[in-house]
Amino acid sequence: MFQKHFAPPPAASTALDPSSPLSRRGFMKTSGVFVLAVSLVGRLQAQEKDVAGALTQVAGGDATPSLWISIEPDGTVKITCHRSEMGQQTWTAMGQIVADELDADWQDVKIIQALGHPKYGDQNTDGSRSVRYNFHRLRVAGAAMRSMLEAAAAAHWGIAASECHANLGQVTRDGSRDRLSYGELAEAAGKLEVPAEADVQLKSRDQWRYIGKPIPSLTVPKIVRGQGTFGIDVDRPNMVHAVVARPPQVFGEIETVDDSQAKAVKGVLQTVRLPKPAAPALFQPLGGIAVVATDTWAAISGRKKLAITWNKGPNAGYNSDTYREQLEATARQPGKVERNRGDAPTAISNSKRTVTAEYYVPNLSHSQMEPVNATAEWNGDKLEVWACVQDPQNTRGVLAGFFEISPENITVNATWLGGAFGRKSKPDFAVEAAFISREVGRPVKVTWTREDDLQHGYYHAVSAQRFEAALAENGDCTALLNRVVYPSIGSTFAPGFNTPANWELGLGASDIPFNTPNLRTEAGEAEAHVRIGWLRSVTNIQQVFALYSFVAEMAHAAGRDPKDYLLDLIGEPRLIDPKTEGADYPNYDASLDDYPIDTGRLAHVGKTAAKMAGWGRKLPKGHGLGIAVHRSFVCYVATVIEVKVSPDGTLSIPGIWLAVDAGTIVNTRHAVAQMEGGTIFGLSNALYGEITAKDGAIEQANFPDWRLMRMAESPEALEVEIVDSTERPGGLGEPATPVAAPALANAIFAATGKRIRSLPILGPTGTKLDLG
Amino acid sequence: MATTLTINGKKTQVDAAEGTPLLWVLRDHLKMTGTKFGCSVGQCGSCTVHLDGNPVRSCILPHDQLGDAQITTIEGAATTAAEAIREAWIAADVPQCGYCQSGQIMTATALLESNPNPSDDDIDEAMNGNLCRCATYLSIRRGIKDAAKRLA
Ligand code: FES
Ligand code: FES
Repeated sequence: MFQKHFAPPPAASTALDPSSPLSRRGFMKTSGVFVLAVSLVGRLQAQEKDVAGALTQVAGGDATPSLWISIEPDGTVKITCHRSEMGQQTWTAMGQIVADELDADWQDVKIIQALGHPKYGDQNTDGSRSVRYNFHRLRVAGAAMRSMLEAAAAAHWGIAASECHANLGQVTRDGSRDRLSYGELAEAAGKLEVPAEADVQLKSRDQWRYIGKPIPSLTVPKIVRGQGTFGIDVDRPNMVHAVVARPPQVFGEIETVDDSQAKAVKGVLQTVRLPKPAAPALFQPLGGIAVVATDTWAAISGRKKLAITWNKGPNAGYNSDTYREQLEATARQPGKVERNRGDAPTAISNSKRTVTAEYYVPNLSHSQMEPVNATAEWNGDKLEVWACVQDPQNTRGVLAGFFEISPENITVNATWLGGAFGRKSKPDFAVEAAFISREVGRPVKVTWTREDDLQHGYYHAVSAQRFEAALAENGDCTALLNRVVYPSIGSTFAPGFNTPANWELGLGASDIPFNTPNLRTEAGEAEAHVRIGWLRSVTNIQQVFALYSFVAEMAHAAGRDPKDYLLDLIGEPRLIDPKTEGADYPNYDASLDDYPIDTGRLAHVGKTAAKMAGWGRKLPKGHGLGIAVHRSFVCYVATVIEVKVSPDGTLSIPGIWLAVDAGTIVNTRHAVAQMEGGTIFGLSNALYGEITAKDGAIEQANFPDWRLMRMAESPEALEVEIVDSTERPGGLGEPATPVAAPALANAIFAATGKRIRSLPILGPTGTKLDLG
Repeated sequence: MATTLTINGKKTQVDAAEGTPLLWVLRDHLKMTGTKFGCSVGQCGSCTVHLDGNPVRSCILPHDQLGDAQITTIEGAATTAAEAIREAWIAADVPQCGYCQSGQIMTATALLESNPNPSDDDIDEAMNGNLCRCATYLSIRRGIKDAAKRLA
C-alpha cells in the first residue's frame, strides 16, 4: 500500500497485530513478521464498505459524496470529519476543503465527527497527514456533490445542467432570477448517479473561497464557553469511575495485593485485576488493578489505600544513567551502514582537520494537557467506546483483537482530544476501559492521573549520536559520518527489534541533504526497557538537533558564518534521492515523484528566515543568533532564534523568525498557530524535558518534575512567514518542532561560546545556564 | 455529607466525600465539565475557577471548606471582562486544542478585572501558572491585549 501513497492503508487490526500502528509509518516494508494482518484487513474492508459508486477509488481513497456530505432540508451542510480534532483545526481544514468545492455557505457548515470505520480510509491522525492524504479526494467529493446539485436543479427546471450554477448554497439558473437552495435540492440530488472523476470539475485556485484563507476555527466558539466534549467529559447513564494502579515497570506484575482499605473508602465500589500483558507491549493495558468508584476522586483516594507488592519483572535493570553510557559506547563503535556515499571513514581518518561531537537526548513525555482516558459500555456482546483517540478505527481493531469479537460489534466515538502529540494514537487506555467495564457490568470511565500519564507512557526514545567530519584546508566539509543509537519504536511491537527502523532513520538521519562528497549514516543497536512511541516529529527530534548543531560546530571549526556554511552544504538547487545511496528511505510514505527532497526549497526557507531575522546585524552584548533548517513531513521549515544570556547565565528569547514552505496551505491562520506551537513544543523539550528511569520505574511524578515551558519563559516574539506555493500540500503539525532545539543551541553558542550537546539544557529545576 | 455551594450564582446541594476537591464535585457530581483536570497538584491551572472573583485552583480546594463563597466557573463567567476575553479569543483563534483554555480564560478574566490595562510583565506574571502544551502563550498574550482594548 505504500507504492501508491494515496491508496488507503489497511483498515482494522487486532491488538496482537503488530502491523497496526507501524504500517502507518511504513513498517510493513521492513519486516516480514508484520505482513500477517493484510488478508484479514482486506476481508474486513470488503465487508464493511457500505458505499459504492464511481468515486470510490480516487487518489486518497473514497470520494463518494454521501460518505462525506449530507445536506439537510434547512440547508445545513453536514461534513463528516474522519480525522481527530486535537487543536490542529482539522475540523476547520476538512470543512474548508469540502465546502469550497461544494460552494457551500460557510455559515451553513456543521462538522460531524466520524466513528472509527474502514469506509473512511486511514483515520490515523498523526504524521501531519490529514490534509496531505485527503486534500484531493475531499475536493472531488465536494465538487461531485456540487455537480449533482446542479443536475438536480437542471432536471427541476427542465434545462441543461450547463445553464445551472452553484453559488454559496444555491443553484441559480443562467439569465434568470430563479434559484433553488441546496436544502431544496438535496433529496433529488441524492438520487442522482455519482459522476465519474473525469466528469468532476474542480475549481481553479483563483476560484477558491475558503482554501488558503484564514478561516476562523469551528471549535473555538465552543471552547471559550467550556463547551465541546473532550474524552474526559464523556458521561453515560449509570457510569462509574476508575483509576488503575499499574506496575511501575513494564511487564512487572502484582505479587500480592490487599484492597480492603481501598474498599473502605467512601464511594469505592470494587477493584478489578487487569491481565498481565505478554511481550511485545503493543497497545495492551499494562496490567495492575483498577479501583472503581462513584467519582474520580473516590477512585484516586481508594487507590492510595491499596497495599501492593510488585514483581518488578524483566525491565527492573533499566537505569537512565547507565543506559546512557551504553548508548554512548555503542555510538563510538562502527554500526550498520544505512546510507553511503564515497568513503567517509577513510576520508576522515586521512584528514588533517576533523571535527567530532557526541549528542544526547533523553526520553521525553507527550504530556498533553488532557491525560489519557476512555469511557466504555457493553450491551451484551456489543461494545461502545468514547475516547480521545487519534485513530478510532485502529482503536476499534485493537479492541476487536483484545476481546476477540467482531469489529462490527464495536462502536468507537472519537471525542475532542485535549492535545495528543502521538500519545493518543496508542489506545491502551481504551482497552483498559472496556476491560473494566465488562468486569463491573456498567459503563466505566478510566481516567489517568497526571502521574499515570507521565509514568506509564510510550516515551520518545532516549538517544546518543556521534558525528565525525573531515574538513578541507578551506574549511569545506569533505566527509560526514553520522551514527545514531536509540531504542526503536519497533521494539514496542516486535520482540528483538533493536535497531532503528528505516522510517525512523528517514527522519533526519538517512535523508541528510548535503552535497559533501563522502557521507555515511550508521545505526547502532539498543534494547528498549520502556514502551517507546512516536512523539510530535518523532526521531527528527534527536536527529535534527544533532545534525544542525554539528553543522554549526563545523562552521565554527572552519571559521565561517554558520548560516553561510549551512547553505553551502545544502548547495545548488537539486532533487535528492537517498535510495540511490543505499538508504531504504520511505519519504514519509510519499512518493519522491510527488514529494521530492528539493534542496532549492530548503535553502529558500533558510535564506528567508535569515533575512527576516536580520542575520549578520550587530547584536547587543550577550545576544546570539542560531539557525536550523529541515524538511520533515514533506514540509520545509527554517528557524532563526535570538537568545539573550545575561552574565549570570539567565536565558531569554527576544525573538524567533520562522519561514515555512508547506506547499499549498488550507488555512494560513492555523498554519501559523502550528508553527508557534510546534516551535515552543520543541523549545520546552530542549530546555526542560527529561524522563528518567530508576530500576525500570519512571522517576518523574507530576509537574514540575516534568517541566513544561510557561508563559514567562516563552519567546517575546515569534514571526512566521509562509512561502507562497502551489505545490502539493505538506504537513504542518510537526515540522516546526525539530528545528527549534538546534537553532536554540546554536544561538546559545553564538551568545556565550558554550556548546550544548546534551539535553535538556536547564532540566526540571534549572534557571540559569551553566557558563563554566 | 451534603454541602451547599454557591456556583454561578445558584445555591447547589452536593453530596460528596469529605475533602473531595471542588474540581471533582463540579465535574463528576454536577456534570459541569468546562473546568478541566490537568494535574491535581495546583501546577497547571486547567482547573481554575473564581472564588469571590479571585482565580483559584479547584483541584486543591476541598469543596466542604468554601462556606458561602461565590464560585464562578467557565460556564458562568459572564462579566464584561469575561466576554471581552471570549471575543478576543474568537477573533484570533487563541486556543488550539482548547483543553487548558477554560483555565486560561478564568485567569485572564481575573487579571483584566483587577488590572484593565496590563503590561507584558503583568500578563506573564498573572498567566504563568497556566500551562498549555499546545503552547498558545503568544496568542494568549495578544488576546489579553486585544480584550483590554475592547474594554477600554
Ligand atoms: S488540575 Fe488544578 S492546577 Fe492542575
Ligand atoms: S490549547 Fe491545548 S493545552 Fe492549551
